[in-house]
Amino acid sequence: MAFEKDLNLDATELRLGLPGTSDESAKNQTPATLRSNNKRALPEESMSSNATASKNCDQETAPLPKAQVIGWPPIRSYRKNNLQPKKSEGEISGIYVKVSMDGAPYLRKIDLKVFKGYQELLKALEDMFKFKAGEYSEREGYNGSEFVPTYEDKDGDWMLVGDVPWEMFTNSCKKLRIMKGSEARGLGCVV
Amino acid sequence: MQKEMAYSFPDEVLKHVFSFIQSDKDRNAVSLVCKSWYEIERWCRRKVFIGNCYAVSPRMVIRRFPEVRSIELKGKPHFADFNLVPDGWGGYVLQWIAEMAGAYPWLGEIRLKRMVVTDESLELIAKSFKNFKVLVLFSCEGFSTDGLAAIAASCKNLRELDLRESEVDDLSGHWLAQFPETCTSLVSLNISCLGSDEVSFSALERLVDRCPNLRSLQLNRAVTLDKIANILRRAPQLVDFGTGNYAAELQPDVFSNLAGAFSSCKELKSLSGFWDVVPAYLPALYSICPRLTSLNLSYATIQSPDLIKLVSHCPRLQRLLVLDYVEDSGLEELASSCKDLQELRVFPSDPFGVEPNVSLTEQGLVAVSLGCPKLQSVLYFCRRMSNAALVTIAQNCPNLTRFRLCIIEPKTPDYLTLDPLDAGFGAIVEHCKDLRRLSLSGLLTDHVFEYIGTYGKKLEMLSVAFAGDSDLGLHHVLSGCESLRKLEIRDCPFGDKALLANAAKLETMRSLWMSSCAVSFGACKLLGQKMPKLNVEVIDETEPPDSRPESYPVDKLYIYKSVAGPRFDMPPFVWSMDEAVKILH
Repeated sequence: MAFEKDLNLDATELRLGLPGTSDESAKNQTPATLRSNNKRALPEESMSSNATASKNCDQETAPLPKAQVIGWPPIRSYRKNNLQPKKSEGEISGIYVKVSMDGAPYLRKIDLKVFKGYQELLKALEDMFKFKAGEYSEREGYNGSEFVPTYEDKDGDWMLVGDVPWEMFTNSCKKLRIMKGSEARGLGCVV
Repeated sequence: MQKEMAYSFPDEVLKHVFSFIQSDKDRNAVSLVCKSWYEIERWCRRKVFIGNCYAVSPRMVIRRFPEVRSIELKGKPHFADFNLVPDGWGGYVLQWIAEMAGAYPWLGEIRLKRMVVTDESLELIAKSFKNFKVLVLFSCEGFSTDGLAAIAASCKNLRELDLRESEVDDLSGHWLAQFPETCTSLVSLNISCLGSDEVSFSALERLVDRCPNLRSLQLNRAVTLDKIANILRRAPQLVDFGTGNYAAELQPDVFSNLAGAFSSCKELKSLSGFWDVVPAYLPALYSICPRLTSLNLSYATIQSPDLIKLVSHCPRLQRLLVLDYVEDSGLEELASSCKDLQELRVFPSDPFGVEPNVSLTEQGLVAVSLGCPKLQSVLYFCRRMSNAALVTIAQNCPNLTRFRLCIIEPKTPDYLTLDPLDAGFGAIVEHCKDLRRLSLSGLLTDHVFEYIGTYGKKLEMLSVAFAGDSDLGLHHVLSGCESLRKLEIRDCPFGDKALLANAAKLETMRSLWMSSCAVSFGACKLLGQKMPKLNVEVIDETEPPDSRPESYPVDKLYIYKSVAGPRFDMPPFVWSMDEAVKILH
């Protein structure tokens, strides 16, 4: 069946470029196949729930191992969570917490396992919500910023992000909230 | 003379006639007959279905249909189920509730799918609608048990509360106790998605006790097996029941109590739940198996022999959801025992394993297609397939309306011939003339799309992944599938040409999703410019698409028809290609 004749694309009205020119140059662009091959390596790459994608971010050109294609096979998270935990690295074993910011109408979710420490986490939060956290010091919390990253721990207490060692934080953090500076005063006071 | 006919019936008569017309399609047709029918119809439409919450604004709906009592809204695109849509994308229901609170004081039913529902929204529902009866939150998120407490406490005549597959922030199980003692109206309660260990069981028991019309009850995983008998004895009228976890040490008295409780439920037709199944307790179900029409064992990690035993007791089964532990042998048994089977879903027990962990192949599906002539709906995960098997299935089941096949490894060829699976899927679309929904997998070239475009005339929804060679593939689908409403594509080499050549087609569809394809930013802009009735949205979480050359492909693209114009709640990683919005963004 010669369907090729049907695809008389030159005659269509919509095209890129000026009338009379062809779009040869567009043809030479390499289409993106699996995302990892074309994305710049960014530490906050894993907005999506593929925990290991950013482990590969140092190897910009390494292809994604096949077990780790995002959203494939197409199974919903609640089903995956109901199966016995498997040895294969990947989407099931992350520590997902919700992140909200005062004034922003949307929630985000991030995987804490993906970050090596507070610096990476803060950079990711800053990029996600477009704010600057300011300088952190143990005594004074976050200086020089309107927004303060806080988190709710296992006991339901709200703490400043950075007050406890990283490991302790990832084990106890239930959710994150980027508070307006005025509300955050008095948080994480020295015991 | 003919013109006068339309006016010869008084409005009241027309209104009465229209009240018998329930389907949206028919109502829409009625409203197009003439202006006066449009007017009468819009005042008496009670139910509205909005397949894409961004296709129209709440204000527009309220303006046209002032007396709505029941609304259904869908938010995120389907691929959100597989984490392809970033959190924060949208689908917030709050604005809808706020506007309807003022306009529809008698709103009684709200059904939402894939929407973000906050506690604030739930509290607003509880406060605003005095006659609220039905709340269905299918695959929703953003709320906690606090919001549920508000609903339970305020909705005096609540009939249905269904939270299926939603993500709920479980703060405490005590929200159940918020249902007042005077609430006796519940007909359906689905809390299977709740994670907490704290569902207040005594509150649940009392609730079940005082609701004699309760027909459908789905418990959550935290409810233990020994509690089932108590619940069932309080609600022997149940038609649809979901257990909690179905595991306990085998004890004769617990077993006989359970078996007795099940056998007292003479109306029970549908079962689900079954987390952590202990096979020894399955025979407790045998007394009701002959009546069962629907069985969801998709969380039951039991092996084939136990599944076979159970299924062979259920000759009336119409719907079966199961894990691939059922294996080919179990499906062969199903094919010989369950001649009424209409729907089969087989889920993978080890989706990320490289080697198959169970003996489930294309043979199982072939056996079912042979033995179950009424088969209409299939969802099947497996690791190998052949064109021959697909052709056989197509020939055996010409009445298929939904066929979703997922061969776990992308681009897997026919395991016998190493050919692409074009011919097999081609046979499916050719033989199954009523096919409405199709999901493809395996190694596929542009040819499969040629078949789909040629034969898939009733196809409404198509899901494509890792398939095709060129724009020709996409062109076949867009130009051939006359009934196409939803198209979702990931990781295919489809670019600008087919999309631009078929731009007008997009206005006839609900939506198009393309991710990890080859559509350029320039083409998206062009579409946004030329097609004002479409919202063209580019999703990119790493950087703004205009920080790269126009010919660079976009990460994700979501196009949908809308009369509301570009939306106002786009997060920073979503860019609208609408000219006006771009200036402000």
